[in-house]
Amino acid sequence: MIIVMIESLRAAMANILANRLRSFLTTLGILIGTAAVVAVVALMQGFAQSISAQFADLGGGSLKVEALNTRENRLSGDYRYLKDSDLDLLRYRVEGVGHVAPIMAAPLGTASHRAETATPFVLGITAEYQMIERRFTRLGRFLVPADNDTRRRVVVIGDKVREDLKLPDNPVGSYIQLGREWFKVVGVMESRGEVFGFNQDNYALIPFETARALTGNKAKVDFEINFTISQLDEVEAVKARVTRALRINHNLKFDEEDDFEIQSPDQIAKTFEKITSMGTLVLGGIVGISLLVGGIGIMTVMLVSVTERTREIGILKALGATRRDILVQFLIEAGLLSLIGGLIGIAIGYGLGHGVAALIPNFPPASVPLWASLGAAAFCAVVGVVFGIMPASKAANLDPIEALRYE
Amino acid sequence: MSRALIELSGIVKRYRMGDTEFEALRGVDLQIQRNEYVALVGPSGSGKSTLMNLLGCLDTPTTGRYTLNNRDIGTLRDDELAAIRNQEIGFVFQSFHLLPRMTVLGNVAQPLVYRGIPLKERERQAAESLRRVGLGDKLQHRPNQLSGGQRQRVAVARALVGNPSLLLADEPTGNLDSRTSEEIMALFDALHQDGQTVVLVTHEPDIAAHCQRTVRVNDGRIVFDSAAPATVSEVAA
Repeated sequence: MIIVMIESLRAAMANILANRLRSFLTTLGILIGTAAVVAVVALMQGFAQSISAQFADLGGGSLKVEALNTRENRLSGDYRYLKDSDLDLLRYRVEGVGHVAPIMAAPLGTASHRAETATPFVLGITAEYQMIERRFTRLGRFLVPADNDTRRRVVVIGDKVREDLKLPDNPVGSYIQLGREWFKVVGVMESRGEVFGFNQDNYALIPFETARALTGNKAKVDFEINFTISQLDEVEAVKARVTRALRINHNLKFDEEDDFEIQSPDQIAKTFEKITSMGTLVLGGIVGISLLVGGIGIMTVMLVSVTERTREIGILKALGATRRDILVQFLIEAGLLSLIGGLIGIAIGYGLGHGVAALIPNFPPASVPLWASLGAAAFCAVVGVVFGIMPASKAANLDPIEALRYE
Repeated sequence: MSRALIELSGIVKRYRMGDTEFEALRGVDLQIQRNEYVALVGPSGSGKSTLMNLLGCLDTPTTGRYTLNNRDIGTLRDDELAAIRNQEIGFVFQSFHLLPRMTVLGNVAQPLVYRGIPLKERERQAAESLRRVGLGDKLQHRPNQLSGGQRQRVAVARALVGNPSLLLADEPTGNLDSRTSEEIMALFDALHQDGQTVVLVTHEPDIAAHCQRTVRVNDGRIVFDSAAPATVSEVAA
């Protein structure tokens, strides 16, 4: 049997080489299909890896509490907010919570310096923010508790803001305007670069109390609380404790839903990963259909080839080939044909994926996992064999007398 | 081993063609001993091709008994028939039936593939067989680089390579000119001299004249069987 298989492989090779153009056209469907699958998987995987890396960067250890507003609340104008007392509750009363920092958006307006303007995100924060987000200053200092307590008009800016306002390389000590208010620049943050074309350095940080004093309704401020967890393996326990404490503080009855939400960044990251891996599967699946079409192409040509080689099959049968010998020979030929197309397709798809990734600005580099290449190659061989079964059994079941007489 | 190489008794072969049934052989009894040299003759449609297909184990009789080399052929499955063809029978066809993409050596070695013999040994035996028919210098040629006579020699070498008990030739000179035909027949004569059992199907009297025994088939029956070489008049009749 092994001898027959080796010999069949050799014969299949000879046949494929004897009809190079036809073999190429036969396997073209498989080739294109595989190339498309590999390219799509490569791009999606690159995308997914890049997203995971970004989230790992965002400090996977911190959690965020924010008020939960349903559509109905919003429509009725009955907004829910976190309470000031929630902050102290988390700081002093819940076990296992590390650093706690409030964050609020401070829509003060455009930033300006002389004739230059910029539109940073302005956030009101406290000194603990630095420990929670793990972002540090490149120049000058970060905000300190005293800034907050005395509502100083000081600001720490991102690099993009410094560029946009054409501030000197070391802008510490310069004054800028946020809206109509003057702020002194006390520090510049480390640059974080771009994610998917979004600049991560276009922000300005001011003390929380300052922000609160300068914007809107002082009694009801829409802020979030970021906090870290002392022991990372306690995440779920701490979450439960925080939930309990906040429910009590918000006077929620047992049958009322939470009016707040606790999110962890790795949760978001996981959701993203799920989305991208679903995307990979769906896109891969759709493109995989083209592989089936390729398989049908192989089947068609193999069927023609069997008819064409009827007499040869008759000769082999007269010389003592069994049904199984003939079956094996044609299956190997179909599998090999498909495998060759698949391998070329993988190479092209690999190139295509990297090429496309390189062409689109800011698109993460493509990455082809080994499982995708091996899987694609194996799938191609299987497609070849499966679609080879019909032609091969047609060949194997030929009557030798009829086959020998065939012209 | 006292029994004849081939024993046919009461062989009937029927074919279905649509609704009508057609009887190609209607009770054939025949014995062929080892090292006989037999010509199977008869007009076209007489059933001699059917008889040859049965002898070559390409087909099985509808009823009747066929023993080849002490084995009952009628009861064998498809794959067992293939094994018998591989081991017991060497075919030579009118139009050579070589595999065009293979070398001469590969063609001759092909039957040995199905015996599971490794490449080196296959090629050794094939080369030896080719030397036996006088083509020891053409091993790496392709069939289309050879003349008709040479191609038929390759076919004979392929038939002989597995040391079959029966060499079965179907109009082996039908596609050859008379001079090359004589060469091929001389080859068959020599093989017979060496002890090979040869059965050849022909309708040419001078080819049949090479054989020791002529079996004439007509209308699905054996109408003449002689141990002596057939005369021209008998074959032509």
